[in-house]
Amino acid sequence: MKEPATLAPESGTSHPMDELLRMDRIPHIWCPTCGLGTVVTAFAAALEKLELPLDDVAVVSGIGCTGRVAGYIKVDSFHTTHGRALPFATGLHLTNPKLKVVVISGDGDLVSIGGNHFIHSARRNVDITVVCVNNFIYAMTGGQVAPTTPLTANASTMPYGNYERPFNIPYLAESSGAVYVARWSALHVRRLTTAIAEALAKPGFSVVEVISPCSTLYSRRNRLGTGLDLMKFYHDNCVIKHDADTRDLDIGFQKEIVVGKFVDIERPTYVDSMNEWYGSVFGDDYEPYEGSVK
Amino acid sequence: MTADPKGVLTGEHYLDGDHAAAEGALAAGCRFFAGYPITPSTEVAERIAARFPKVGGIFVQMEDELASMAAILGGSWAGAKSMTVTSGPGFSLMMENLGLGLMMEVPTVIVNVQRGGPSTGLPTLPGQADIMQARWGSHGDYEIIAVSPSSPQEAFDHTIMAFNFAEKYRVPTLVMMDECVGHMTEKIVVPQPEDIEIVPRKWYEGKVGDYLPYEVDEKDMIPWMVKAGDGHRFHTTGLTHDERGYPVMNADCQEKCVGRLVDKIRKRVEDIVVLEEDEMDGAEVVVVSYGISSRVAIPAIERARRDGMKVGSLRLVTVWPFPDFRIRELAPKVKSFVIPEINYGQLYYEIERCAGGQAKTILVPHGGGWVHDDQDIYDAIKEGAK
Amino acid sequence: MPKDLPAAPDSSKSKYWRKPLDADRVKVPHGELHILTDRCKGCMFCVEYCPRDVLEMSEEFNVKGYHYPVAENDPACVNCRLCEMLCPEFAIFCLEVKEEDAADDS
Repeated sequence: MKEPATLAPESGTSHPMDELLRMDRIPHIWCPTCGLGTVVTAFAAALEKLELPLDDVAVVSGIGCTGRVAGYIKVDSFHTTHGRALPFATGLHLTNPKLKVVVISGDGDLVSIGGNHFIHSARRNVDITVVCVNNFIYAMTGGQVAPTTPLTANASTMPYGNYERPFNIPYLAESSGAVYVARWSALHVRRLTTAIAEALAKPGFSVVEVISPCSTLYSRRNRLGTGLDLMKFYHDNCVIKHDADTRDLDIGFQKEIVVGKFVDIERPTYVDSMNEWYGSVFGDDYEPYEGSVK
Repeated sequence: MTADPKGVLTGEHYLDGDHAAAEGALAAGCRFFAGYPITPSTEVAERIAARFPKVGGIFVQMEDELASMAAILGGSWAGAKSMTVTSGPGFSLMMENLGLGLMMEVPTVIVNVQRGGPSTGLPTLPGQADIMQARWGSHGDYEIIAVSPSSPQEAFDHTIMAFNFAEKYRVPTLVMMDECVGHMTEKIVVPQPEDIEIVPRKWYEGKVGDYLPYEVDEKDMIPWMVKAGDGHRFHTTGLTHDERGYPVMNADCQEKCVGRLVDKIRKRVEDIVVLEEDEMDGAEVVVVSYGISSRVAIPAIERARRDGMKVGSLRLVTVWPFPDFRIRELAPKVKSFVIPEINYGQLYYEIERCAGGQAKTILVPHGGGWVHDDQDIYDAIKEGAK
Repeated sequence: MPKDLPAAPDSSKSKYWRKPLDADRVKVPHGELHILTDRCKGCMFCVEYCPRDVLEMSEEFNVKGYHYPVAENDPACVNCRLCEMLCPEFAIFCLEVKEEDAADDS
């Protein structure tokens, strides 16, 4: 048996991000060249940028590879059922509007099984930030087709290629009423950090879609190489078009991906609308709602 | 601890069961409600929508029952007493997230105003056919607590009882009403706030940094709870987890985690169960009933007694956990149990199981859509007395 | 300019920039790389996207059996921290080397 190579000298054993991570659960379960770790780093950097008190942040996730994010970030975090992160988050937020509630979940979790909740949360404009990690596939369960899988791509339940038209998440979010919609790839990590920070700071329903490499399922099934090859693809094929019409943001298989900030508008949030309305209906009798728990 | 006066509508009122349940929730301190309209439970949601703005609660009509169940779990984790209401079809939709509530040990209340089923069934008419689903509806192993009111006054009282059970055992608790009680209007008396006993949440009182979400208090097998925003940075999940709340995928952890979810109720059945018994001494026939059927059974029982039969009445106020111990105690002493229920036999099987062949078990079934004809119950009692 | 600090960026080596007009006046930051080699899973994002070509994969394996990055061209690091941001394993980070620290080292 070959002798193992000598271990390289460690440059220390801790990383500045360790403070925000549940170090008793690191290393995480994500594959090599998966973009999720990068998304977590961008999220952490966004929190740092805003100097948000971490005790006020709550992360809710659903099921799937992205769903595991809640388990690694050291804030009050909830790993809920498939597709139901948004209503759970709505309950958290409405009971205590001072909490900064963030839903970090995958494309299948948010717009397939969670689709109904996605559009209604956007419609209500609850003050929740959504980071939707889109890897075009159901990775955790072995690579099935997702409602975001581009036409002709291969997936385990579309073994001859996908013929179902996919969703265009920014369009879905905008048409449902989201006040901030942006799309970046995991490669555009600094712009992604800025977008997440803007989304967090924005009152109302904000959606940041992150196109992220999935080497083990999406890339392998479609023979696109490793996650690094997908990052190179994003490098060469992502086109930044701020304020593009969200109707034009469909993603074809191995075609150009339009990224940027598409929607940034003002609308009163759910709680603000409620308070304003009840204020007008009840007059001075009404005590504006600030949370139902003292 | 007693009720927060803000939500208590002290006085005498003429309300139906749905409205009474809403008042019960308010009196218990419920301040987060998420629901979806479904006949015959909608009035509960409507009353809460009207009352909450003045009481400082927040009502949200969600897009469906799945969202409602998920939202009340989130509301509870943010520190509020939360509730939803539904009926059969919605109850089925809530099952998965009910499981999440059971696994995460979230105190919350679900009111099911039962109607004729299955499927769309009889939306405006009574049934009691969800009673087994209340116990076994979600997948996996667990124990749950369910109460069954038989009048609007009880709809008020039992909803408060449900909130108290939910906090004490950190378990989603069910109020299994039926359309008859829900839409029946009677006098209800709401006491003074200081006369309403409320069980407070089992709040963690230790140091931040030492908190483990599922560290168990050996005294009662219930972990202490915190709320989001208090700085504990806890994690909780629907996956099988250890005391840190982190998922651990092995059989040992499953035994500790899920075994405790079962034991925390199963080992304390005698403390939890609430029964109402009448003339059980020397009884030859015992009528075991719950909900509206227990009221319908009263004239049948009284007539049977007048006709010389020795009839005892065992009313289940808490339907789940089932009082195995009581049926086992009674079975050798009585000739038969008569079980009237508005279904084709659900709780009947529990009684038959516990009777162990030592007493006859006679079901008085009813398909739903109305209450029993007490003649049928009388006939069953007569059969049982032979 | 003190000779301890790296020279102004040479635009012929830089793949992404034109030569900045104030290159001779602006102080270029310098970063000190820290690599937690045993966390690395060999994805090579950092090697690929370092704008200064500082990193390259080692011949050695870490405890998980992956090749990990080493700072071949450490003096060229300008503390842009793109490697730190891109790394999915929280395995690499940079700390800014302050001018005074550099002066102390000499």
